[in-house]
Amino acid sequence: MIEKLLYSLQFPLVRRALIVGVLIALSSSLLGVTLVLKRFSYIGDGLSHVAFGVMAVASVLGLTNQTVLILPVTVLCAVFLLKSGNNTKIKGDAAIAMISVGALAFGYLIMNVFSTSSNVSGDVCSTLFGSTSILTLSVTEVVICAVFSIIVVAMFIFLYNKIFAVTFDEDFARATGVKADMYNFIIAIMIAVIIVLSMNLVGSLLISALVIFPALSAMSIFKNFKSVTIFAAVSSVVCALSGMIISIVAGTPVGSTIVAVDVFVFVLTFFIGKGKGGKA
Amino acid sequence: MSFISAQDLSLGYDKTVVAENLNFEVREGDYLCIVGENGSGKSTLMKTMLGLQTPMGGQILFGDGLKKNEIGYLPQQTLAQRDFPASVEEIVLSGCQSHMGLRPFYTEKERKLARTNMERMDICDLKKRCYRELSGGQQQRVLLARALCATTKILLLDEPVSGLDPKVTNEMYELINSLNKSGVTIIMVSHDIMAAVKYASHILHVGKTIFFGTKDEYIASDMGKLFVNMGGERA
Repeated sequence: MIEKLLYSLQFPLVRRALIVGVLIALSSSLLGVTLVLKRFSYIGDGLSHVAFGVMAVASVLGLTNQTVLILPVTVLCAVFLLKSGNNTKIKGDAAIAMISVGALAFGYLIMNVFSTSSNVSGDVCSTLFGSTSILTLSVTEVVICAVFSIIVVAMFIFLYNKIFAVTFDEDFARATGVKADMYNFIIAIMIAVIIVLSMNLVGSLLISALVIFPALSAMSIFKNFKSVTIFAAVSSVVCALSGMIISIVAGTPVGSTIVAVDVFVFVLTFFIGKGKGGKA
Repeated sequence: MSFISAQDLSLGYDKTVVAENLNFEVREGDYLCIVGENGSGKSTLMKTMLGLQTPMGGQILFGDGLKKNEIGYLPQQTLAQRDFPASVEEIVLSGCQSHMGLRPFYTEKERKLARTNMERMDICDLKKRCYRELSGGQQQRVLLARALCATTKILLLDEPVSGLDPKVTNEMYELINSLNKSGVTIIMVSHDIMAAVKYASHILHVGKTIFFGTKDEYIASDMGKLFVNMGGERA
């Protein structure tokens, strides 16, 4: 088993995949707490479907670097969804359902009708669940992923205190002169970037899991924002890394293995949290 | 010149007017209680003063050196806060954001301000505790400390005692009163007319008829007599 792992690690593409996986896992876990607490988790879900639709269009157009198209469109949708979420007249969740299911349907349709590939269902499956795509990343894609993950992490660190203020009590922040709208806007853009990045790792259907589970695990054990954030980041990285290693050794699909590890950790922390709460 | 003055203010949302012709002013050191029935526009008025909502007519003027973001605010609890993992210290510190601008991290100055206000609210021993595990009264103290980090000029309190038991309610009123004595201007939205009459210097009654004046004027007015008696009977 160890031998198989060491053997795999000799290949640059496997090492690349591990690096990208860790970076993506790190950046995706950071905003999880904010998303869960602001009741934004569904936005992440909706956006991932949008990203799927755009990806279908990109692959039909024959773009070699799909991120160039997917990223801006997803960011636009994120901004739109956030705006409509604040609007009391159009229900935010209805707008999200519309966009996400619509994008999913059109994405699949486009892929089926226009695809030049001989294995359409295989393509769709790998876009939705990630399958082994992480192992086939080109150097350019690795660089793009790395750069954007680092930007997201850096932005999060710099905006940490603002994000806390806006997440905990938006009205108070706004009333005391914090530009809450601007920070919400930045948060939405960061979410969109994270989703596009995560798509490479776990596929578009499983992205929410990557964002939400580490945050939920952390929240069931820790009781202050800083510890929750740090634990979410650490657990996300550890889960992604062990998920990828398991998938190499056991030959399972990368995305679902990582998510399975995330779920396992969540269940574990849930019971640890229960135990602690019971004693206190 | 007064801190806040409202001129012919009308309030509402989605084209429905909930309150009209509001005229009042708040001077430095005042303790204004806003009372009125449910749905009379008390919370809307609060939100408008905080700049979270635009008035439908008339205007609110800020003066006497009070800037728009120098208003501290004690909100009613939101749903998100009920399961928010945050320590008392983190929440109190977040009040300092109002004068941070784009600066990303807190310095010793902000930490000291947070410490001072935690001492003032007598919650230093809760510093590391999780906010959601505190009692209602303790939570209100935390939010008060946060508001004091944002400003010491004026505080807007939205139903600060709702959900608190009578003993804690009294403590809360005394605390707010002592803040007012130390120079903090207070505007409080309340259901509790008896407490309003006991502590406030001015009363604004919103509803079908509008009253604004000092506490004594209110007690002497027909409307005041009616409501104070009702409140008294209930209590």
